[in-house]
Amino acid sequence: MASAHDLKDWLDFEKPIAEIDQKITEIEKLATTAPAALKPQEVLAEVGPLKNLRDKLIRKIFSELTPWDRVRLARHPRRPHATDYIEHAFTGFLELHGDRCYGDDQAISCGLAALGPRRVLVVAHRKGKTTKERVAANFGCAHPEGYRKALLKMRLAEKFGVPIVTLIDTQGAFPGIGAEERGQAGAIAKSIQEMATLRVPVVSVVIGEGGSGGALGIGVADKLLILEHAYYSVISPEGCAAILWKDAEKKGEAAKALRLTAPDLLELGVVDGVIEEPPGGAHRDPVGMAATLRTALLSQLDALSALPVVELLERRYAKYRAIGKFRWSAATAET
Amino acid sequence: MGWMRFRKKEMPEGLWTKCDVCEEMLFQKELLEARKVCKKCGHHFRMSVAERIDSLLDPESFREVAADLEAIDALGFVSKGVAYPKKLTDEQKKTGRRDAIVIGTGRIRGREIAFGAMEFEFLGGSMGVVVGHKVLLAAELALERNLPLLLVCASGGARMHEGALSLMQMAKACTALARLAQAGGLCVTLLADPTTGGVTASFATTADVVLAEPRALIGFAGPRVIEQTIKQKLPKDFQRAEFLQQKGQLDRIVPRAELVDTLDRIFTGLLGPVVTGAGPHLTGVPGANGHESGRPATATLAPSDARPPIAS
Repeated sequence: MASAHDLKDWLDFEKPIAEIDQKITEIEKLATTAPAALKPQEVLAEVGPLKNLRDKLIRKIFSELTPWDRVRLARHPRRPHATDYIEHAFTGFLELHGDRCYGDDQAISCGLAALGPRRVLVVAHRKGKTTKERVAANFGCAHPEGYRKALLKMRLAEKFGVPIVTLIDTQGAFPGIGAEERGQAGAIAKSIQEMATLRVPVVSVVIGEGGSGGALGIGVADKLLILEHAYYSVISPEGCAAILWKDAEKKGEAAKALRLTAPDLLELGVVDGVIEEPPGGAHRDPVGMAATLRTALLSQLDALSALPVVELLERRYAKYRAIGKFRWSAATAET
Repeated sequence: MGWMRFRKKEMPEGLWTKCDVCEEMLFQKELLEARKVCKKCGHHFRMSVAERIDSLLDPESFREVAADLEAIDALGFVSKGVAYPKKLTDEQKKTGRRDAIVIGTGRIRGREIAFGAMEFEFLGGSMGVVVGHKVLLAAELALERNLPLLLVCASGGARMHEGALSLMQMAKACTALARLAQAGGLCVTLLADPTTGGVTASFATTADVVLAEPRALIGFAGPRVIEQTIKQKLPKDFQRAEFLQQKGQLDRIVPRAELVDTLDRIFTGLLGPVVTGAGPHLTGVPGANGHESGRPATATLAPSDARPPIAS
């Protein structure tokens, strides 16, 4: 767990929590450096109430989050990335590079791994931790070759009956000259369309940012899950505000209007389940979060792997066919 | 998404229309007869669905299906004090359509096809649940009746007012098209100006044959978003159909005057000639639009009943 001393990474509404954490750390540090000055009972007496206070504060603050707060949590500088989950929830990750055509897009990584007793293929957005990594991964914004690589590896997994887990965390696919020249839209479209036909179970999890088509490009699945403080949206709140409000600063209003939070998406029938995060968010306990994620994935894969392929594909078709209600003009609601 | 950028210049009321590109004054009746192509510079004006049907399908052959599908406001979306249902009502009044796509069946040179065309004037041709579902229905119709599918695309992308539900329509449409493709069904798309965002990144570009109209703007992101992201000016003609064809992203750019003929040649080239009994408008008979069939003899091609059977 990252040190609480550095307050700059914390969001404004998290600051009171971080300050209490800081006090707790100081007392505990003092107890180890100068044990004579502070007896263990005294440490407990000091730290216990502080921890209670902190936990109470977390519950209060996190029960009042606005949609925009959740977007900021999804983009939190300390939020665990797919690479953290690959390390802590999976074992033996063996990366497979390249689209065998143009390049190896660092914004999407693919590899074979084990998830508990199961063999899986992991396809995940990569945002990068250090500045160098972030630049190499283009901040998690993939180019067409990223989607082509993902599809190639998914077809490989399909060939050998290996289920697929995708971890989604991107602002969106990259809008650039090279991306357009090399067919960004077509690469995403092809990936979406072919994922619908994969003859192995596919489980996708939005772990941070679910940025529009760039997210969906690796997100057509039998089960779509989302972490409690992740978001999934057709457009970024800033982009939506710029277009509909003509003012990117109205991003808070746009975030609310778009209904992009995990509970909203569950209610709308966009996601199949919400995975609870540790109190205060995944970044306060990445290892604990990884364990929860592993359990959730295993339970989905167990259920899906029991289905015959025909049934699996039939259900996937029915699932997407049913997303979104409309009405006939006679005004009878229908799905 | 960024459809507001594409709102077209209001045409002057009455008999004359000014060309958006060369500013030539065009006689309205002549312009319509020329399928809304400027006689001076060849600029292809945007077309409504009604104009598409008139210029593409055999006369009186179009039968609309699922015309009554209407969007609901699942999100309770309000922007700048305007509620989405009000927006929908306004767009319906403006276009006479219930949403941004019309689907059905029709004939091209006597060949029955499943057909869909997007109404760009309806909220920028944006794709919400109704558009996604109707593309699915068109694909299912094509599959059930063993018809080739033609989709005319014109859209700014996914519809923000329906949030992630709009995004999921990309998957919905592609899921249905995947099933059609796996059963051996033919899908052809025509990308008109503009086709961007979630429509380009889903059903517009997964077709067996992807056609585009001259000079149509086609892309994933809109040009302004790209400029803002990379902070440099875009190359000339970037994201125009000609640029995309040069980059290998399109099968063919087709001027409107050649469209019916080209479609007929594609259908015949892949499926064989129309067999007798397919309807009163047999192949080779000049369409009422006055086009002569310019396709070569197809006697050596497999007849359409030799297509692989479609799984039910």
